[in-house]
Amino acid sequence: MSVSELEHPPVAATPPAAVEDLSPRGGRSRAGVAWRTYRGRVLRILVPALLIALWQASSALGWADEFTLPPPSRILDAYGELWSNGDLQAALPTSLQRAGIGLALGVTIGLALGLFAGLWKIGEEVFDAPLQMLRTIPFIAVVPLFITWFGIGETPKLTLIAAATVFPMYLNTYHGVRGVDKKVIEAGQTFGLTGWRLATRVILPTALPAALTGLRYAAGVSLLALVLAEQINALEGIGYLVNNANQNQRPDIVIAGIGIYALLGIVVDVLMRLAEHFALPWRPRVTIG
Amino acid sequence: MSPSAEAVVDIRGVRRVFGDRAVLNGVDLRLHQGDVVALLGPSGTGKTTLLRILAGLDAADDGRVLVPKARSVVFQEPRLVPARRVWRNVVLGSRHVRRDRSRAVRALTEVGLASHQNAWPVTLSGGEAQRVALARALATEPGLLLLDEPFAALDALTRIRMHDLVAELIGRHNPAVLLVTHDVDEAILLADRILILDGGTIGVDVTVDIEKPRQRTDGRFAELRALLLGRLGVGQATAAAP
Repeated sequence: MSVSELEHPPVAATPPAAVEDLSPRGGRSRAGVAWRTYRGRVLRILVPALLIALWQASSALGWADEFTLPPPSRILDAYGELWSNGDLQAALPTSLQRAGIGLALGVTIGLALGLFAGLWKIGEEVFDAPLQMLRTIPFIAVVPLFITWFGIGETPKLTLIAAATVFPMYLNTYHGVRGVDKKVIEAGQTFGLTGWRLATRVILPTALPAALTGLRYAAGVSLLALVLAEQINALEGIGYLVNNANQNQRPDIVIAGIGIYALLGIVVDVLMRLAEHFALPWRPRVTIG
Repeated sequence: MSPSAEAVVDIRGVRRVFGDRAVLNGVDLRLHQGDVVALLGPSGTGKTTLLRILAGLDAADDGRVLVPKARSVVFQEPRLVPARRVWRNVVLGSRHVRRDRSRAVRALTEVGLASHQNAWPVTLSGGEAQRVALARALATEPGLLLLDEPFAALDALTRIRMHDLVAELIGRHNPAVLLVTHDVDEAILLADRILILDGGTIGVDVTVDIEKPRQRTDGRFAELRALLLGRLGVGQATAAAP
């Protein structure tokens, strides 16, 4: 084999029309690189901060009625008021307890049904069709019925939260178990794994990410159901604070209450991501936040 | 292999029918300890079906199938459990996983991956994952090792290294081996006996009597390759070695 050295033809000053020049152009400035690197982080902080500033300015400049839309400074004052008279410290544990108990009930039932339907054909045949039907009912629609059935005490509130959280937990667990690679299950079987050991060594660990996703959804839904449940004649809790403030024409406290719900949502999400991070060390790139 | 020795695999008249097509139609096969047998053939001729029947993953419709209880499979894909660390994957079927850790490490040492014992499968390269699968298959000291195109998904350079590794480990552990492959060279390199499935039965059964290590440049190698390719219906013109 021989390669003859060809003489390079001279490069034309302007390339012909069919050629696109992709040579680097240089001139990548240091500031440009820094901006591209930090743009995401900067904008994430800057945009919300601007919105809050705009909100504050809107009442200072008289664009919005200070009574219907109190500025952020007034909301902060409302938090101070709720804290100093002890309302917040009384309401928060009550609401958290409601959400927690309802979530625990719903997740336990959803997990059990999801595992049963995922691992056993008979479980799928018995539970999947009814659960898929029930899941299409918006849980908000059953509130009046729950009041008729369970009265206006704690029972309908906990039942509502539990009922709302069963479905995300069930669906994700069931699909997680069913979604485990059949080929890996088969490999387990060739090494003598059957029944309980096949489930605990191959299927359940591999289905855990889906179950945790279900838990994260369920936790979010539990807060949604909490807000709704606390509209039912609550005598304590965040919902009670909000309803009371509404009747007393205190929109600043109403917004403060909404802010607490939002904060709970963020806290729950971060906790769930942390849980996933530590429970699933084998997954690539599970990020926090 | 001595003719009088007890066969570890003994199958007679095995039939497997899909729809109205008999993929296996009366297959007889006897393997003894230490036999390395390659099963060649194009896709759809029932190679993998036969391997799955020997593995116990699929049932024959008819015939007699006797295989050792201790048998293991290396598939085309590594098929590791992603949620278990490498060493736990190696002793996946064990009754006492923790007690068997040293056995897992020994098996990983044989494939050169002892330092990866605590890694998660997702962090391994394709070749490394397949070596873990090989370690897992050999850790149980199987009487029968079933290899279902285990090199097919590897890149060419990794495949050459894996051939050497598998040949070495088979020699050391001495199980009966059935290698399913569509690569004629691979079959000649590794096997002592080469079978071709044809019309549901074993149509070709050749003994490879070239001493190891075998060289592709050996005249007998080329001769056997030409013979096998001819029986597989591939002419010499298209079969020119790269």
